[in-house]
Amino acid sequence: MSEKRLYTKEHEWVVVKGSIARIGVSDYAQNELGDIVFVELPSVGDVVEEGEGFAVLESVKAVSDVYAPVSGRVVAVNEALEDSPELINESPLDEGWIAEIEIDDTAQVGDLMSEQEYMEYLKGV
Amino acid sequence: MRYLPLTEDEKREMLASMGLEQIDDLFQDIPPEAVFQGDLDVPGPLSEAELIRHFKALAAKNQDTTKLVSFLGAGVYDHLVPSIVKRIVGRGEFLTAYTPYQPEITQGVLQSIFEYQTMICELTGMEASNASMYDGASALAEACLMACAATKRELVILPATLHPQWQEVVRLYLESQDVSIVYMPLDEQTGTADLNQLSELPWGEAACAVVQQPNFFGLLENVTALESRIHANGGLLVMAVDPISLSLLKPPAEFKADIVVGDGQSLGQAMGFGGPAFGFFATTEKLIRRMPGRVVGETVDAEGKRAFVLTLQTREQHIRREKATSNICSNQALNALAATIYLAVLGKQGFRDVGYQCLQKAHYLKQRLLEIPGLSAAFSAPSFREFAIRGAFDWAEINRRLLDRGFLGGLPLARFGHPDLILFSVTEARTKQEIDAFVSTLRGLIQ
Amino acid sequence: MTVRANIPLIFERSTPGRRGYRLPELDVPETPISELIPEEYLRSEAPALPEVSELEVVRHYTQLSRLNHGVDVGFYPLGSCTMKYNPWVHEDLVSLPGLSAIHPYQPEETVQGALELIYNLSEHLAAIAGLSKASLQPAAGAHGELTGLMVIKAYHNFRGEGHRREMIVPDSAHGTNPASCAMVGYKVVEVPSDSRGGVDVEALGKLVGPNTAGLMLTNPNTLGLFDENICQIAKIVHDAGGLLYYDGANANAIMGIVRPGDTGFDVVHFNLHKTFSTPHGGGGPGAGPIVVSEALAPFLPGPVVAKDGDKFRLVMPEHSIGRVRSFFGNFLVYAKAYAYILSHGPQGLREVSEAAVLNANYVMNKLKDIFELPYDRICMHEFVLSGACLKEYGVRTLDLAKRLSDYGFHAPTIYFPLIVEEAIMIEPTETEPKSTLDEFIEVMRQIAEEAKENPEMLTSAPHNAPVKRLDEARAARHPVLRWARQ
Repeated sequence: MSEKRLYTKEHEWVVVKGSIARIGVSDYAQNELGDIVFVELPSVGDVVEEGEGFAVLESVKAVSDVYAPVSGRVVAVNEALEDSPELINESPLDEGWIAEIEIDDTAQVGDLMSEQEYMEYLKGV
Repeated sequence: MRYLPLTEDEKREMLASMGLEQIDDLFQDIPPEAVFQGDLDVPGPLSEAELIRHFKALAAKNQDTTKLVSFLGAGVYDHLVPSIVKRIVGRGEFLTAYTPYQPEITQGVLQSIFEYQTMICELTGMEASNASMYDGASALAEACLMACAATKRELVILPATLHPQWQEVVRLYLESQDVSIVYMPLDEQTGTADLNQLSELPWGEAACAVVQQPNFFGLLENVTALESRIHANGGLLVMAVDPISLSLLKPPAEFKADIVVGDGQSLGQAMGFGGPAFGFFATTEKLIRRMPGRVVGETVDAEGKRAFVLTLQTREQHIRREKATSNICSNQALNALAATIYLAVLGKQGFRDVGYQCLQKAHYLKQRLLEIPGLSAAFSAPSFREFAIRGAFDWAEINRRLLDRGFLGGLPLARFGHPDLILFSVTEARTKQEIDAFVSTLRGLIQ
Repeated sequence: MTVRANIPLIFERSTPGRRGYRLPELDVPETPISELIPEEYLRSEAPALPEVSELEVVRHYTQLSRLNHGVDVGFYPLGSCTMKYNPWVHEDLVSLPGLSAIHPYQPEETVQGALELIYNLSEHLAAIAGLSKASLQPAAGAHGELTGLMVIKAYHNFRGEGHRREMIVPDSAHGTNPASCAMVGYKVVEVPSDSRGGVDVEALGKLVGPNTAGLMLTNPNTLGLFDENICQIAKIVHDAGGLLYYDGANANAIMGIVRPGDTGFDVVHFNLHKTFSTPHGGGGPGAGPIVVSEALAPFLPGPVVAKDGDKFRLVMPEHSIGRVRSFFGNFLVYAKAYAYILSHGPQGLREVSEAAVLNANYVMNKLKDIFELPYDRICMHEFVLSGACLKEYGVRTLDLAKRLSDYGFHAPTIYFPLIVEEAIMIEPTETEPKSTLDEFIEVMRQIAEEAKENPEMLTSAPHNAPVKRLDEARAARHPVLRWARQ
């Protein structure tokens, strides 16, 4: 089964495995944010709504919300980010993942952009 | 005018370079109905000599402590200030610098704040301090709000023995955010928070319990009894402490305080009719990101040299805006610098001497006052630099007569609901001779 | 000559047993501490303060001071900060023992001079603001904002309009504005700016309603532009039942020219450490007194000073919100502002604003051909350029700011306001001679050239400062906030 990476307009990426969505931010996003110095992770068990801010990324002079691409319940967070927030800059699509959500409504996944659509979208940004 | 260097020729030249003819052309965007016609109703101008004369006349209408021997405390204290403190903070490079947002050219400010933060941590035992707040009262208010944010609770427990002005400030800040306050009542015998009434209080709902040490009456509270209750119920312990007392007293960290605040006026500041001085604010590593105010951290430059910089700025208003830990921007940096120099030049031993002398001299005055018939100790708890005396006299009138004889007496507590009580403070600045003269004068007035 | 940094921390200069200032010998009989304070209250170890001699303290802090840029050292064109000359005579005045050695709890009869100063300054600030009564209690601009909003809230509550909990704030506003709103429990409603840089009046009309507590505005705004629609804006907000708050950070542009009260503002705060020349001290102390209309005066924090014949008395306003800090505020700070007003008089204050505006426009006109000017209008006391044009050379506003210090100038304010990309906010102030302005213009033009020819000079700047560019990410990721014994 291939890992299809989907994207949001707010530059989050999503990889879905069964009913679990693993979420992070795109390479474009980490580049725009600059050096990440702190990540405010959600708590396991938190219920989130699609489009709601559920994590915060801090760089030296700016703060950015990470928005939930789908509604659901947080089942895992990447605790490595507590000591090494720079993982998001170094490996945004892999080791820099932020959290995993158990999806309420898999239909919401259909609203997300494919990788190609996201690349097109970036050209206009 | 003295501070306006532009000559008329230069003004004309500058206007011409912009294709304008007169100064008023620069204000053409202002709608006519908004333009102020006439002159501001303010006096002046005064030349420098006239200004000095004016201020000297105003100052002469005040009776100051170079002419009066003071036993007045209650939040502002007549301590000795080493002469170098004023000289160093008076240097133009410290006085006229701005907030160090360009760290490479303001390392003097940044390093001295880092040293200040370290000293506050040493005094309080806490893991991190900020760069200062406006004063102790507002620092306490912000500490309570921080506790509310950290615990997600909306109630705070305050002692009735907290300085009345600090109570007012905390009340105002908290009611603005719909946070309620419950008081620990006064134990009229000890002069501290009433431990017998603790179980009636809503500990489970409280974001924090506040203890002031020493309290408004100059007395030591039983912190341990309060600490165990608040922590057992998931709240935070906030201690408001006197910095000079920390030369002798156990640091708040050893009482397991979560947030420590206090007023720094005793540390190398003028009394200044109440300001400026500063508030200090310290906390645990766990709570650092919730702390209000500026904070200086250590780093390196491009060549690997140690340097200092404002850090954790993402808590602050200029980045987080309405989600900031506080709205505080300017603090009291120069006053914090004065405190740093004060503590440095006193040093480890000198600072202890100050606390020790305050304790001994205050005790001496208390013993001598208690020899006067009609006077008794108001409360039984141990005291540090201040204590209340009980006597059924018109203390305001006695103070008036003391003034005529060159003394600034203690603070009558009638206006705080204790008509027979008066609060005396003795610092290291008082001599035995002054204390003895005060006692015999007071004895003469009472009898 | 550049003073190199790497000065040890004062703790690193310690030698056990070394002492500085000494007290006189204890002259009262000694009682053992254990008889005065129970064991469980006493500390077992003294705090690890430095152990150094007085000369070492003097040298240490003197050396540190030489690493600082200050207004006394050179040009400091920080937009929105008004880094004007801090008159030295003011330092002498507040050293008079009659002002510095008085206790705030002294009986009123013994501090009539202090009360008179407070009364007079309150009156003068009210005259400059065009409003009624002042409180000098707030310790800083942000503190004044908080206080002003508390007064507004109390006013609405008193009139049974406590449901008004929305405060409108422009998108160009200083961060303290929304932060202050949050602290009084107000919801921030943002209003966009129009193409002229002022408040979008049409958008404002749609945002006001029965829940509007008011609008916070600074005029001129953070772009340095006077909002020509101010009277209309005031009417829209007042008609909806809201009040107008004036953030006085930019008052240096309008003294004697516009009085905020006349243009509809109900509450004003002044930054005495900006407009009224009190020194910045590396980050304070400042003072942020507020002035309010007749209708709001009863809600001011207290006590305030009232005149009773030829006596001055402390009184609490009738419906006072209470206290925002202890005692009377930063007395020795606002005493300097009082001196400043007296030194200038009505004509002088007006000339201050005129010269501030002239200087800013002069510099703006000489730089607008090389940097982008997002709003090509006459500016007030400050103006905003965009450094976005440097991007094509791989250079940003940050690099320009660092390079400026190599030429002996402190950088302007950068990356604020947020609505201008790569913002550079320049405020020369009126106390700068024309020669300094011309020098600055020359250097800015030179640096713009450098960006094209030799961008490395900017991206690796500063070169002549006591330290090179700092690793700020490291400081934020692994905060080290104190020195620790090894």
